[in-house]
Amino acid sequence: MSDLTAKPKLARLFRMQWEEAQGAYVLLYPEGMVKLNQSAGEILKRCDGERDVAAIVADIEQAFGATGLEPEVNGFIEIATERGWIV
Amino acid sequence: MDLLRLQLSEAGLSEQKLIPPPLWLLAEITYKCPLHCVFCYNPLNYAENRNELSTAQWIDVLQQARKLGAAQLGFSGGEPLVRDDLEELIGEGHRLGFYTNLITSGIGLTETRIARMKELGLDHIQLSFQDSTKEMNDFLSSTKTFELKSRVAKLIKQYDYPMVLNVVLHRYNLDHVGRIIEMAVEMGVEYLELANTQYYGWGMVNRDQLIPTRDQLERAEAVVNEYRAKLGNKVRILFVVPDYFEERPKACMNGWGSVFLAVAADGAALPCHAAKSLPGLQFPNVTEETLQNIWYKSDAFNRYRGDAWMKEPCRSCSEKDKDFGGCRCQAYALTGAAENADPVCSKSPHHSDVKQIVMQAQTKPVTAEEKPLLFRTDANSMRYASIPIKEERNKVP
Repeated sequence: MSDLTAKPKLARLFRMQWEEAQGAYVLLYPEGMVKLNQSAGEILKRCDGERDVAAIVADIEQAFGATGLEPEVNGFIEIATERGWIV
Repeated sequence: MDLLRLQLSEAGLSEQKLIPPPLWLLAEITYKCPLHCVFCYNPLNYAENRNELSTAQWIDVLQQARKLGAAQLGFSGGEPLVRDDLEELIGEGHRLGFYTNLITSGIGLTETRIARMKELGLDHIQLSFQDSTKEMNDFLSSTKTFELKSRVAKLIKQYDYPMVLNVVLHRYNLDHVGRIIEMAVEMGVEYLELANTQYYGWGMVNRDQLIPTRDQLERAEAVVNEYRAKLGNKVRILFVVPDYFEERPKACMNGWGSVFLAVAADGAALPCHAAKSLPGLQFPNVTEETLQNIWYKSDAFNRYRGDAWMKEPCRSCSEKDKDFGGCRCQAYALTGAAENADPVCSKSPHHSDVKQIVMQAQTKPVTAEEKPLLFRTDANSMRYASIPIKEERNKVP
């Protein structure tokens, strides 16, 4: 379980951008690319080093008119941290 | 009439949608190179063709590729730093929204140039070394470049670039793999690519002298694993096993015409960097056709796309969507037909030939004394030039 007060941000090696041809957000890094699914894209683009995890959850819940998304957001943040995408 | 045309264009569109767009553009902007590496994958006859696309032509290629959907852009060659418009191309690539990679030997990378590249938005530099020792590095590249490369490595860090160090491995440096990793750690490298030689181009000509023994390979892999455990995430080490020693082929290019598009110095568009070695394929040139046509419509890009071209054992193989039958260039080089299964696969009827090559490396290796290494030089390249038309005509009675 990640810390709700942590303020994740994209690691230096990665760049995130919207790719029209793929209809998706992608993560670009040296000689590689990860295509993100919608929820991964929505979470990651909010990892700006200013918002904490609680704020990211609240923001996403508001944007999608949903509640109880904390486990999903947390789960993704754990995976993204493990893969070195965010710090 | 009009209705028919409309239906046709709709059919054309939906057909196009089945083919995914290219994601990777490799711009091999020049074949000129100050190094003479014995394992280079460039075509043997590269020196025959001195035509290079102009700056404006390259910019047009970048714009078209980006529009098709390519997001990764690699500048390679030859040595891309040989071209003095490299900075301009990097700037354009960045402006278009590419993630820009410079794949270089480091020769020609001065502080002025790297500062300018940083300013123009270059995202990443991959630097190659031939070995951890000055002697072997300089011998294998047939140059005195080790110290120069070491200075470039410092510059790359100084300009705060993520650094990928690439070292091609073979019989002469596999035993140095521990020292190579130590060198990478000292340099502050983030990714270390230990890429065993792939036998294409110059690498193929020198294969018998470069191929390691299985023992040597296993020792090296054990050393890599020790360091991985010790270093953790500090340095990510990629160890590319030489596929001759495997039982299944690599998923070459992630499938022909699937994500990768290379444009060679002369403007030839290639589905893989080694594709020029395949006979009977006309590679479309970006000076004559649009990239859109080349990617979606050309015979060269459609020839081995999907699986309709496959023969047995690939056609009915349960793993055909995983490895796409391996590498077409390797299938051609080792079996004489590009549509055969890559003989690295144990299901291939030609697999015993590969085993034989590996076995010979173990029991009766060909030494560089018996068969000298052939360095990638212009003079050596001209020995592989195709027969001039004039001579061929003279043969006709």
